[in-house]
Amino acid sequence: MPRINSPAELEELRKGILSKRDPDKPCIAICAGISCLALGNDRVISAFEEEIKKQSLEAKVDIRATGCHGFCEKGPNVVIYPEEICYIEVTPEDVPEIVSQTVIGKKVIDRLIYADPNTGEKAAHQSEIPFYKNQTRHLISNNTKIDPKSIDDYLALGGYSALSKALFEMTTEQVLEEIKKANLRGRGGGGFPAGLKWETARNAPGEEKYVIVNAHEGEPGAFMDRALFTGNPHNVLEGLIIGAYAIGSHQGFIYTRHDTPQLRDNIDIALTQAEEYGLLGENILGSGFNFNVEVHLDIGIFVSGESSALMRSIEGKTPEPRPKYIRTSVSGIWGKPSNLNNVETWANVPQIINKGSEWYTSIGTERSKGTKLISLSGNICNTGVVEVPMGTSLREIVYDIGGGIPNGKKLKAIHFGGPMGGSIPESLLDTPLDFDELAKLGAPMGAGGMLVMDEDTNMVDVARFFLNFLTDESCGKCVPCREGIRQMLKILTNISEGKGKEGDIELLEELSEVMGEASLCALGKTASDPVLSTLRYFRDEYEAHIKEKKCPA
Amino acid sequence: MSDILLQIDGREVKAKEGMTILEAALSSGIFIPTLCHHEKLEPYGACRICTVEIESRGRTRFVAACLYPVEENLVVRTRSEKVDRIRKMILELLLAHAPDAPALQDLAQEYGADKDRFEKESSFCILCGLCVRYCAEVKKKNAIGFVDRGARREINFIPEIASKECWNCKECFSLCPTEALQAAYFLTEALAFPSPSFEPASEE
Repeated sequence: MPRINSPAELEELRKGILSKRDPDKPCIAICAGISCLALGNDRVISAFEEEIKKQSLEAKVDIRATGCHGFCEKGPNVVIYPEEICYIEVTPEDVPEIVSQTVIGKKVIDRLIYADPNTGEKAAHQSEIPFYKNQTRHLISNNTKIDPKSIDDYLALGGYSALSKALFEMTTEQVLEEIKKANLRGRGGGGFPAGLKWETARNAPGEEKYVIVNAHEGEPGAFMDRALFTGNPHNVLEGLIIGAYAIGSHQGFIYTRHDTPQLRDNIDIALTQAEEYGLLGENILGSGFNFNVEVHLDIGIFVSGESSALMRSIEGKTPEPRPKYIRTSVSGIWGKPSNLNNVETWANVPQIINKGSEWYTSIGTERSKGTKLISLSGNICNTGVVEVPMGTSLREIVYDIGGGIPNGKKLKAIHFGGPMGGSIPESLLDTPLDFDELAKLGAPMGAGGMLVMDEDTNMVDVARFFLNFLTDESCGKCVPCREGIRQMLKILTNISEGKGKEGDIELLEELSEVMGEASLCALGKTASDPVLSTLRYFRDEYEAHIKEKKCPA
Repeated sequence: MSDILLQIDGREVKAKEGMTILEAALSSGIFIPTLCHHEKLEPYGACRICTVEIESRGRTRFVAACLYPVEENLVVRTRSEKVDRIRKMILELLLAHAPDAPALQDLAQEYGADKDRFEKESSFCILCGLCVRYCAEVKKKNAIGFVDRGARREINFIPEIASKECWNCKECFSLCPTEALQAAYFLTEALAFPSPSFEPASEE
């Protein structure tokens, strides 16, 4: 690989890559995302490779194993370019027919395309399938067009042009200002303005500063970050390098899970390729800016995704949270200013730099800008990774994109934010997807895990399920969290087993107050949120369990 | 280091930059209860019994006095209805594990904590970590550590190290607020070295 030493050379390289690519050449894009792999997509990929070889089409047809397409419910997903024909639930047995009929014969195979379960209406292209059609996919849409192991694929789509722009056409102050003006809010759960965080780290005393990608995504029911990062690692990396430039950091860390080898491989390859091209390392693109990245893996503990625990883990210590009376952006890893943002936050940066904050703020609501990735799961027809503009109503997500509730059941509640999140009832379905609106209702967006629950759901059990998870995953250091969760779980278990008694609800509320005020970190402070939100909206269910010893659901 | 003026329980208190609320209070003779704090050890913030109410930048919050750094014009209340409620609950949660722990008795009386409020689950240990941290920070031996997490967290001596280091030390015993530590040590000893003619392992 040639090293690129200037923006002009980058554009030349891009032209070179594009000139070798024929947009009319057929390409079979097969989802190699985690969900589709679990459905056997490795066999589908091999079948395509064999079939192409058998028909001696290697020179005429490209095969691309891509990141997650999004429609996990109907995987394995395959898209045939240039027509963008979308096939769902593809098996290895379908492959010879797809190659001869569609790739060569340009005919659509009727049985492999999406059919609306209610109307029977068929849709052959991504742009016609309701699940995709009703989304606004600025971040995740490139997944189908990129082989995550190929930096050239990313460059062909304009990759690293934002980095080049930031380094050569903008000062560090201008980059920071653009992110602040865009009002990009942290996608990891807190919704804290990224620009303000960057500014704090930038202004914090000390020469050495760190930037970190939080790719831990430990929240059960959240799978959008790994879909994005596995499928398009350079997008996140480009955002990170731009952030490092604005903050004045020369060392970055990527903190991710030990149990997603696919993601780790793609990150490692991306780092190597970026370094070979001179987009990472010393004197990036000849700008004089130096930046290196190290990858760190967790040891399988939920709380290691919490920022201060994550930083301790990078230091090589037990991932236990520490109090953040002094912010990590001032004193983080080894006491140095450390700016942590999650995968999706970093991924938003290149497009903000390229298209400007004005474009970015034109999407979304007053105080929540841009699009948001959602992991849609639970009692919903179309499970998958969804991207919508902030402000989209939950109703649109559930019905227009998610296809509604399966088996003719009624919707009962929507849970956001995983084990420390909250549930809201069906009556609030017109609430817009917005950091502040959802937080007000007691169901903060969290990282974007959206769990849909039907009428058969027992809400006491929902709260108990999350507390059961947290009793294992609290680090156990501080008393209100460790002991509060333990006692709450006991009370909830009693209630759901028909052994609840008068005063249990009040005790739960009392415990919630102490945990919320006195716990050391956000895990303990919000561990009781599922209990509080279910008490707020479904108190009668608790009462029925206690008084009538029965479950209304 | 410049002086910082803050208010604790209505009294003007002078503190040095970098001090915690607890240090500032103690230096002025104001008492804040602690269980996991020790002056020789790094502040830890686990027991939360030192929770106090503060007013800072127009907001009322509850923070751990052993960790929160003093700031100019900070208003601290070491007792308030809610502070007392928090401490009472923390004590009740701990008394479920160590109902007879000496360090908890006076506090329980002070805050009206009912030791039978929660079902007993006697582990005798309240996981304050004084022994673990003393061994790591002062003795630098790490002969005792935390095992597991969440509700299953417990302390354990590491037999390989304990057999070499603890025999002539046992300094952590006196730090224990529950008197459970000694028992834990003798249990480890008994399990690891069942021979009646136990002798401490020689230095390698």
